[in-house]
Amino acid sequence: MTRTASAKRDYSLVGESTRLAIETGLASAEWYHTDVPRKVMKELMQRSDGPAIRDTIIWIAAILGSAGGIVWFWGTWWVVPFLFVYGVLYGSSSDARWHECGHGTAFRTRWMNDAVYHIASFMLMRNPVQWRWSHARHHTDTIIVGRDAEIAVMRPPDLLKAALAFTGILDFRYSLPTLVRQAFGKLSDDEKSYIPEMEQHKAVVAARWHMVVYAATIAAAIALRSWIPLVLIGLPRLYGTWHMVMTGLLQHIGLADNVTDHRLNSRTVYMNPVSRFIYWNMNYHVEHHMFPMVPYHALPKLHELIKHDLPEPNPSMWHAYREVWPVLLRQLKYEDYYLKRELPPTARPYRGEFHEVDMTVAAAK
Amino acid sequence: MAEWVEACAVDDVDEEDVIRFDHAGRTFAIYRSPDDEFFATDGFCTHEKAHLADGLVMDDIIECPKHNGRFNYKTGQAKGAPVCVNLKTYPVKVEAGKVMIDIG
Repeated sequence: MTRTASAKRDYSLVGESTRLAIETGLASAEWYHTDVPRKVMKELMQRSDGPAIRDTIIWIAAILGSAGGIVWFWGTWWVVPFLFVYGVLYGSSSDARWHECGHGTAFRTRWMNDAVYHIASFMLMRNPVQWRWSHARHHTDTIIVGRDAEIAVMRPPDLLKAALAFTGILDFRYSLPTLVRQAFGKLSDDEKSYIPEMEQHKAVVAARWHMVVYAATIAAAIALRSWIPLVLIGLPRLYGTWHMVMTGLLQHIGLADNVTDHRLNSRTVYMNPVSRFIYWNMNYHVEHHMFPMVPYHALPKLHELIKHDLPEPNPSMWHAYREVWPVLLRQLKYEDYYLKRELPPTARPYRGEFHEVDMTVAAAK
Repeated sequence: MAEWVEACAVDDVDEEDVIRFDHAGRTFAIYRSPDDEFFATDGFCTHEKAHLADGLVMDDIIECPKHNGRFNYKTGQAKGAPVCVNLKTYPVKVEAGKVMIDIG
């Protein structure tokens, strides 16, 4: 576990940390990649509609089945397991579908990626245009402070906020007003910093479509004098988010920031098959960041191929959280503290000279 | 004005694949399509500085390895976010087993 000197972090995307990241060369930098022969990588990158069509049929059938259970058993305690399943499918598994289809790697056929991407974006209350661009930035500048728009836990960590994230309340409180603001044609300075001007109007139009569906849902609830439309559309973002947060927080939490090696700032965690289906193999997160062209179904193969060059994966989510908890507590006092994961002897070492940028010196300039 | 340079041998590029070609401080990408034709474009994605030669060729499309932006490598047309600017293409000819591109 390591501390390095740095200036106070400013997580705005148009502030002091942004300037420092650009000046020190951390922004849009060249990142470390494990060597993989071109022929092997080409095979791993190959697209296929088959696995994603199979998984999407299962996904949609499970969503419709559990929604049917909610309607059928509404007003009885039997509704609870259906709410549990439906909530996780709507509020959590949609995140992985949004992610993989946003990359365009789930299906070979473009319109299939786009269709699932838009449905999943709606489920997550995410503007599909804005988030496509924010995720591109996340891949360019992964956990670079002042550049990455998707840093889930900032330093020093707000543990109450992290805990509340499991309920979906904070995300809901952020996402819905954001969509309303965007529907009125207003994009924030941060959003404008990563959405190109020529795409900004598309973000406004997308937000308006989301608002139309929510308005129709509220109208249906009033007309039917029933909570069911809202329980099925919108509210799962609250009661079904916990699995997305449980798996997603582990992607980068407690690890290094302002580095250009995904082995230092991303985490691979072995997970049970159900969570892996919900999460579409994003537990292989170092591998995904290093090679975002590899579809979710090929990530286990990629992992086997390059694991000699990566830190030992956490054997379970429980193990990962136990490992990160003391790091978070320490970051409350020393925000520069982070977990530096050890590499196996077979790995190429971290390039220290590149990762130990003294930001205090840069800040003084 | 035309300036033909030898980029590679025909056999250097697999079918439905791409390789990198550097010349005079510039980087190009040389493609071999599934129907065995050769094409050339600028070597870097127009979105961010990523080598397209590390990307994936699927039919007429080259997909950037960094953010999965897609271009038609025959026309250079950007196919949607996160790429918005078209890719520059170059004339190509094959002579005596060599792939030549006009960088003029």
